[in-house]
Amino acid sequence: MQFEGYRRENSSVGTRNYVGIISTVVCANEVAENIAREVEGTACFTHHQGCCQTPPDINRVNDTLIGLGRNPNLAAVLLVSLGCESTAVEDVEKAIVEAGKRVETIVIQEIGGAARSSAEGILLAQDMVMEASKMKRVSCPMNDLVLGLKCGSSDTTSGLAANPALGIASDQLVEAGGTSIVGEVTEFIGAEHLLAKHAENDSIGQQILDLVDRMEKRAKSVGTDIRGGQPTGGNIKGGLTTIEEKSLGAIAKAGNATIKAVYEYGVAPKTHGLVVMDSPGREPEILTGLAAAGCNVIAFTTGRGAPQGFPFVPVIKITGNRQTWDKLQDHVDVDVSSILEGTETLQSAGKRIFEAILEVASGRKTKAEISGYTKAMDIYVVGPVI
Amino acid sequence: MFSVGEIIRTGETISSGLGDRTTKLLIITPIPYGHKFAIKDISKGENILTYGEAIGRATQDIALGSHAHIQNIEGLRGRGDLESQEV
Repeated sequence: MQFEGYRRENSSVGTRNYVGIISTVVCANEVAENIAREVEGTACFTHHQGCCQTPPDINRVNDTLIGLGRNPNLAAVLLVSLGCESTAVEDVEKAIVEAGKRVETIVIQEIGGAARSSAEGILLAQDMVMEASKMKRVSCPMNDLVLGLKCGSSDTTSGLAANPALGIASDQLVEAGGTSIVGEVTEFIGAEHLLAKHAENDSIGQQILDLVDRMEKRAKSVGTDIRGGQPTGGNIKGGLTTIEEKSLGAIAKAGNATIKAVYEYGVAPKTHGLVVMDSPGREPEILTGLAAAGCNVIAFTTGRGAPQGFPFVPVIKITGNRQTWDKLQDHVDVDVSSILEGTETLQSAGKRIFEAILEVASGRKTKAEISGYTKAMDIYVVGPVI
Repeated sequence: MFSVGEIIRTGETISSGLGDRTTKLLIITPIPYGHKFAIKDISKGENILTYGEAIGRATQDIALGSHAHIQNIEGLRGRGDLESQEV
């Protein structure tokens, strides 16, 4: 079993071949967007961080930008800096170069304003795209696939159909030597004891419980019931009553594979197989975290119809809700509502999801890519803005 | 199995399966698609089970065949409100 991908210099494999235009601070977003708009073949990452934050969050921003730059779906990276931000731009550049990529940095305050910086960035990006476009897809084994698992705008059908079907696809990938990353730790609350049973050993099991404890304490520190925020208003309309119920459905997407390791947000796994990554459930932050961890494809189940995609990692949408499939054709890629209608087994639907993952990894575009709905991005920070 | 958008109406008798056991029960409140109903009389304070696990507890008695959701079930996790009352 193989897929067709772009083999990078450090031997990781891209499923896409973009030049990344990465803003290093919220204040450089406009120029990054200008450049990406003018140059075909680029993908733009903007966010709201990089200045006036506590040191742990600045470190988080640095590490996340490094992870994003190293993601194999990017052939080369243009960093767009304002010049006075807290982000350690030189360190970010150096760490991405170490992955064997061409990295260019433009600094708006040094070049002299947005217009000149955009022009310089456009010329650089044109050259980088030309160079990147020489890359060809080659056959790659399954252990080069790093799949991110996500569910969003969930309803009852998510836990009963789409998530367990995705769990089967994830198990199949893991069995074939690939890697799956499951995050959304908020949505472990009430189901963490089941997830911990899948841990390879007690220490990894305890790490899962500790992550959930940390996340729950953070939520409780506000002094209110988590309900309304989690489950969301939409989840509740869709029949999910409590965070515990939502979690029991959400963890099904991780399948039955052994959990080999637990990582902080955006950290690239050092092992193949199923791993857990700290992250909240909200789309921009988890999609960014999965991309920073090196995911080259993401599978995303939805009940009510979540449209979000990511700039340079394809996001495959899967629904178990027939009405959502009928109404949101421009957002959803795979329909598994046949499971609840009793006309298809979970196993068969899981196999179809797995096939869709391989096709998309080999270049088939997702609905999010085709519709340009690819801007769910931001860096997860935990401290205050200061 | 029922199709999306469909609700179960008050007064309908439906078959409910739990494990190998199938029982007929009378629905006494409308049930929207994807929502839960009580398959037995539930007393206030009792744990609510789905997927064989507790998802919270009843905040009032829930009659067999009636809609079971946020109006009569509360979660027990992430309850910062309860903790601040304890302090």
